[in-house]
Parts: sequence; C-alpha cells; structure tokens
Amino acid sequence: MKYFKLLLSLAATLGLIYILNSKMGLAPAFGKFLNPFTGFWQNAENINGWKDEEANLMGLKEEVKVYFDERLVPHVFAKNDEDLYYMQGYITAKYRLWQMEIQTANAAGRISEIVGEKALDVDRMQRRIGMGYGADAAQEYISKDPESKKLIDAYCQGVNAYISTLAPKNYPIEYKLLDYKPEEWTPIKVALLLKNMANMLSVFEFDIENSNFVAKYGNEEFRKLYPDFVKDEDPIVPIGTKFEGGRPKAEAKATSNNEHRTSDLYSTVIQKPDEITGSNNWAVSGSKTKSGKPILCNDPHLKLSLPSIWYEMHLVSPNMNVYGATLPGSPAVVIGFNDSISWGVTNGGRDVRDWYKIKFKDASRSEYEYNGQWLKAEKRIEKYMVRGKGEVDDTVIYTKFGPVVFDENFGTADSKKNLAMRWTAHLPSNEFKTFYQLNTGKNYDDYINALKTYTCPAQNFVFASRSGDIAIVEQGLFPIRDKATEQGKYLSDGTTDKDEWKTFIPSEGNPTSKNPERGFVSSANQHPTDSTYPYYYPGVGVYENYRNRRINKLLTEGKDIDADFMKRMQSDNFNVHASEAVPVLLSLLDKKNLSKEEQNLADSIGKWDFYHNANEIAPVYFEIWWNELRALLWDEMADPKVPMKQPSFYVTVQLLKNDSTSVFYDNLATNKKETRNELVLQAFENMKDTLTAKHFAEAKQNANRGDWGTYKATKVEHLARLDAFSSLNVYNGGNRGIINATNDSNGPSWRMIVDEGSMKAFIVYPGGQSGNPGSKFYDNGVKPWSKGEYFEANFIATGEELGTKKLFTSTYKPK
Amino acid sequence: MKNVFLSLLVTTASACVLQLFLPWWTIALAAFAVAYFVKQNSFAAFLSAFVAVFLLWVVYAYMLSSANENILATKIAELLKQLTKDSVTTLYLITGLIGGLVSGLGALTGSLAAKRKQ
Repeated sequence: MKYFKLLLSLAATLGLIYILNSKMGLAPAFGKFLNPFTGFWQNAENINGWKDEEANLMGLKEEVKVYFDERLVPHVFAKNDEDLYYMQGYITAKYRLWQMEIQTANAAGRISEIVGEKALDVDRMQRRIGMGYGADAAQEYISKDPESKKLIDAYCQGVNAYISTLAPKNYPIEYKLLDYKPEEWTPIKVALLLKNMANMLSVFEFDIENSNFVAKYGNEEFRKLYPDFVKDEDPIVPIGTKFEGGRPKAEAKATSNNEHRTSDLYSTVIQKPDEITGSNNWAVSGSKTKSGKPILCNDPHLKLSLPSIWYEMHLVSPNMNVYGATLPGSPAVVIGFNDSISWGVTNGGRDVRDWYKIKFKDASRSEYEYNGQWLKAEKRIEKYMVRGKGEVDDTVIYTKFGPVVFDENFGTADSKKNLAMRWTAHLPSNEFKTFYQLNTGKNYDDYINALKTYTCPAQNFVFASRSGDIAIVEQGLFPIRDKATEQGKYLSDGTTDKDEWKTFIPSEGNPTSKNPERGFVSSANQHPTDSTYPYYYPGVGVYENYRNRRINKLLTEGKDIDADFMKRMQSDNFNVHASEAVPVLLSLLDKKNLSKEEQNLADSIGKWDFYHNANEIAPVYFEIWWNELRALLWDEMADPKVPMKQPSFYVTVQLLKNDSTSVFYDNLATNKKETRNELVLQAFENMKDTLTAKHFAEAKQNANRGDWGTYKATKVEHLARLDAFSSLNVYNGGNRGIINATNDSNGPSWRMIVDEGSMKAFIVYPGGQSGNPGSKFYDNGVKPWSKGEYFEANFIATGEELGTKKLFTSTYKPK
Repeated sequence: MKNVFLSLLVTTASACVLQLFLPWWTIALAAFAVAYFVKQNSFAAFLSAFVAVFLLWVVYAYMLSSANENILATKIAELLKQLTKDSVTTLYLITGLIGGLVSGLGALTGSLAAKRKQ
C-alpha cells in the first residue's frame, strides 16, 4: 500500500511536469511559460531601467558607440563600415530578433517547422513560387561582389554575436509562446528578406484572371473594362515629356500567338489582397518652398503590423552619415536621408510575373516541349520539417519559364494544368548595393548610378538633394514586351519561344523625370508614363488613379511650401473617387421610392464634402453603399472557381455614368434582368439594412460613435495575429484612394518629411522601436501616427548633441 | 511545526538557486529532497513546499512585473483570457498555483519515500 501511494505520487508529479512542459495545441507550455525564472515574466522589462552599457564583442575591429535617444532610436557611431554594419545587425537583433526570424521563415516556407501542419500549404506556395530559388540566385551573385559580401557578412556576424549572448530566459516572448529557439543568421536570410518584400509587392499581375475573363466574356468586353489607359491619367513622368532613353533597339516581333489564351478556364491563382492601398512619395524643388531648397516626402503603405516593419536607425562612419528606415534583418537604410541627399520609394506596380502553360512529354514530367524539341526539366526537392509530423517532401519542377507553381500536386482539385511562373525576382541581383550607394550618395549622379543594379521589386525612387535637384525614376528590371500581342497580359504559351522574355529594358530607358518644369515630382502607384513611352507594359486597371491626382493638384497649387504643409498633406483625407462617384450614384438613385429615413441618408451623402475624416458619418454611408454596389454589379467575377479581377473603381464609375445597358448590370442571383438604377437602389437599401438600428441610435447620441474612424476600426496586427499584442480600433481617417490611404488593416507604414533647407526630418510610424510587447516602446508611435503627428529626427553629429534626449549609451569594444 | 517552517525556508532557497541554472521543473527535485530529509507528515510536506514555491514564484513575478508597470502581464492576461478572465491578479494566482502544485507533489513523493525507508 505504501508503495502504491509512493508510485501514485511520483507518477502524478512526473505527469504534471510533463504536461506543463509541453506545448499543447495553441496554448503555450504553461510551466515553461509562466515560471518567473525563465518564462514570460522575464520579458517584463523595467520601464525605467535604462543605464549605460559596455561589452566586448568578438569580431569587432574598433570601438563603436551607440547612443539611444528618447524614442529608443539608436545612433550608431563606428570607425569603419564593417563595424557599422556589424553593430546594425547586433542592435537590430537586440530589439527585433523574433520578427527577423519569423519573416525569413515565412519567406523560406518554413513556418510549418514552428506551428505545424496547418502552415504547410502556405509554406509550399512560398517555395513553389521560387522564393528560395530566387534567394539562392541573389546570394550567389552578391558573393561575387567582394565589397557587398564583406558588409553583409559583417551584419550577419553582428546578429549572431547578439544571439550568442542569449540564454533561454532572454529569448523574445514569441519564442517562449511558440516554444522554439533562435537559429544562426546567414547571408541567405538577408536575400530571403528582400525576396519577401519583392513577393509582397509583385502582386500586380492578373494573367490568369484576364485569360479567364476573355474566355468567358470575350475581347470586346475586356477592352471596355480593363483598358491600358483611361481618360484621367496623371502619370509619374508628366504627360508630354519626351523619352530620351531611346526606343528599344531590338523590338520584340509580333510573333506571339493569341489563340491559346482564350480557350480554357483556370481555377487556381495566387491570392491577391482584396484592396491595395498603395504608397506615396513626392519631392518639390526650391522654387516652390519657403526655404528655397527641396523637400522630400515618402509614406510607403503596407500591411500594418507589430513589431513595426521598419526599424529607425542613424548610422555614422567616416564613409557615411545616414538616417532612416531599415528593414530588420537586412543591412543599410532603405528609405531615408544623409547629409547630402534624401530618397524614398513607392511600389512600381509594373507586371513583373508572367504565367506559362507547360506541356510535358509524359507523366514523368521530366521533359517539356520547347520549339518542337523536348527539353529536360530540373527538379528541386523541397523538404519541410513539419512540427509534430516529421519530414514532408515536395518536388518542384523548373523550366526555362520558371518553376511550375501549379500542377497535379498543388492548386485546387479541378485544376491539374501545369503553370510555370517567370518572375524578375528569380534573376540574380544585388539590391543591397543600391541601398549602400544611396546611403553614401552625394548627388544626382550617385543616385542614378545606385539605381542601375536594382532589379525587383520595382520601385519609384524619389530623390532630392541639398544642392537643389529633384528627380524620380521607376526602377526595376523589366522584360521588353511585344505590344501587338500584349505580351504578358494573359496566360502565355510555354511550348515555344514566342512569349519568352528575351531582352530587358536598359536602365536608362526606365521612366525618369528630373527637375521638371512644374517644380515637383511625385508617385502614388499610378501609371509611370503616358502612352508615348516606347516600351509596352500591361496596365489593366491596376494603376492608381486618385491619390496621384490629389497629390499633383495640391503640389501644383502649393506655394511657399514648408514641412507643416507636407504634414497636412500626408494626412489629407480628400476622396477624389467619392467626389466623382457620389454625383453619379445620386443621379441614378430613384428618390421617389425612398422612405423619409432613406431620404435623409441620401441627403447627408449629398451634402458631404468628400473628406474621409475620422469624425464624419457620411463616409460610412458612402463606403457601404459603394461596396454593396460593387458586389451586385461585379457578381459575375465572384465565382471562386473562375477567378477574375474586379474592374477598377475608375472604370466602374465611368461604366455607371456612360453605359446604360451593360450586360454586367444583370444580377445572376435573380431571374429578371436588372437595370443600373435598380442596382443602385438595391445597393442603397442593402446599405440601410447593414447600418443597424443600433448604429443609428449611437450615431445620434454621440457624434463619435458610429463615425468613420470607429466604423473602419484600423488594426495594427501582431505578426502572429495575436490580438493581445496588436493595436486594435485605432481611430483615424482616410481609406484607399486617399493620400492618407489607411483602411482597416493597411496604411502608411512610415511617414517621412525631409527638409533639405533646414536639414530637419520629421518621422512617424505605427509602431515603436522595440519588438517586445512588454516594452513601452513597442507601440508608442501608433497614437501620434493616427493623429498625423510627427517626431523630429535627431540628426546629430555627435552623441553629446543629444543632451537630455539621451536615454543611454552602449559602448562596444573588440574582444 | 518547526519542521514545517524549516522545510518552507529550505525549499524556497534551494528552488530559487536551482532555477537560476536549471529548468523550472527542478523545483520538484528541491521539494522532494527537502521532504525526504526533513521529517514531517505527508500533508505538511505538501503544504510547506506548495506555499514555498507559490510565494517564490508570485513574489518574483510581482517584482519583475511591477517594474514593468504590468504592461506585459496585462497583455498576457488578455492572451490567456480563457484562464485568467482578463485579470492580472488571476495570472499571478495561476503562476503560483503551477509552481506550488509541482513542488507540492514533489514534496509529497519525497515524504512518502522517506516513510518507505523507515
């Protein structure tokens, strides 16, 4: 009996320990996680515990000093570039290690190693589009450039130096929650991070969707709904500019055949975001500013996430003095300024991915047809170490046209076709070199030279210098496409060389505008050029048509511009789209059938000034009405089995305004054939029903409840989608198509204004410097950001200049 | 009674030292050893070890978290709200309970093993 009690007690003890030490489903391992010696309590950092630090680090050449200012922005002072990048790696890892690792794990298709089988399909997609393949190509190419290799290696060494200081109790909290540990940082991860960015920003292609549309509704309807150019274009390079980059020397011949494009329907595509909010940048020349020197502004828009996608840094060595946004995990400043120049980016949005139908000889899929011959396919075996399951293998077949992404092993069940994807991010490139040269650049020539090697993701690089130049270039590597056959707009033929990429547009042929007469340059993801640009590119309604017009209007009208003008402009909430759509919608709304309440609703929309300010109620009515109408109108494109792209807002408004008989007015769910007036009325009534009685009551009681800011409820979401670590219900205005393009989940991830006259820079972003949810610097920028407030960057020459703004100093010496 | 206090103190001290270097569950080893060598009945052994680590964990967690003004504890309470009902106090209690139970069971086993020997 005594034995029995003893054994029972022993078993209970061991059993309890086992349970509390294991991760169960979504829950953390409670013993590991909750004990205060190594668990999450250790991450509860002392909010006033800032004191000077000193450490000796292996691999450092000379002493480096890092001054942290009142927002925890590090100002790194090194005596050579290798030490500078070593410290960038070290400091970034100190504040953002988990983010760096999870983003590279995502890029590399390795999330299932951390969270198990549920992430396997996401991982497979990443590998099947060739993320690892592209990163390998980049890494191999970069290592041939000794200077780049040396600096990237130094960065990795710094990250690893930090990781080696960590005991499990010091791991960032997400490792503890998910129960895993950091691994070594390597140059391939730097390459992967850039591919991750490229992947996020390469979604502007609709080859399969376009082919589906043509197969279902024909070419004529396609031309109507997806024109390359529309009437109100306001491109990046001002209309009428002569293109000096020359005509293509060897213009691709119209050899591509069109027939194969329209024969079939495809059910599998890469999911694109529902709404793209885009980015803005602009620079005004001294002729329009108060100081007589240029001012440059940039607000790149991405998914709003915590830890913030950007890490703010000031990097100083004898070779450079640069300040701005860095990408955690990758060396150099991506968006920023130095003592001579400033630059910023928006996404180019050019189609840089083409899809090809591949024909294999037999079921072994080891050979594919090409110009009447059989070419050998390469196979890359992808191994997934799935947590809780073990190794899973997947073979990806590579052709001249890139990896076969969708085939019998991947994609929806009813699509067994072999589709390969050619993508500029698969080509060898060295984006780091571009950023390094920008960071150390002194003038326009340095800027142009820096851009030359930049391949993907295509970006509109805006530029301003203290000496007074402003410029913008849409930079990327773009295949020369045949215009007659609209190469790359639809699914392409992979059995011949007809649709193959043969040559690329030379860098000097990229759309460029330097010191234009109008006194400013700008971009907002719109068309880079007008139709006189000598190189063809598909532009099927993916280009912005509203923000660009608003920006250019404000900048054209602006005089004596200063930083305050720019601050107001970056938060501008005027909705050009609404200003054009509302008159059309109200003219099509049959008012005689409306109830009193509905009449009041329509009136309040009619009286609205089209500003999407947070405290307005009309934008709520308008947005719901518009979205209901789109759902009714474009119901033809809602079938998930035949993915198609919904036409642009601009085209939608024009159609409603000018076409009284479009076949698309018919609502497929009903037996009768609707008119556009019926659609507009139906959408209006749906809107009224959506706005619940509760909403109306609240809106009446308190102007702050049920208004646009509350309704939109912007979320800055933690990367592991944990609400507890996210900023929820951030109250602000704006929406897509508006300069302040903040919707519920996307928006300006970084706002920057650089005044080349005063050398002052103003910055804000929706997050904070620390990646630790337990830090007061985790999300301290969210509120100021939501209000359109800024912090002035401490662009100091010495650490002492920080004065009382200094939080603490870290001194690192060689070991 | 004297032995209860003695084992409470020794368990606290040894659990604290062990955890500085070894995994959290070594609290069970500390409790086991103390209960094996310090003579007391099984219930008293369980209770003294339970109270020892319960207090050790809660007090240490409190020290860390109060310097943090509970920024993180508040978020973790929300994250585990099915257990904590969004309450930081409950989070402290659960933390203490886990440490207390594991060490208590370790001590119970230790005291039963000591009785076996007699």
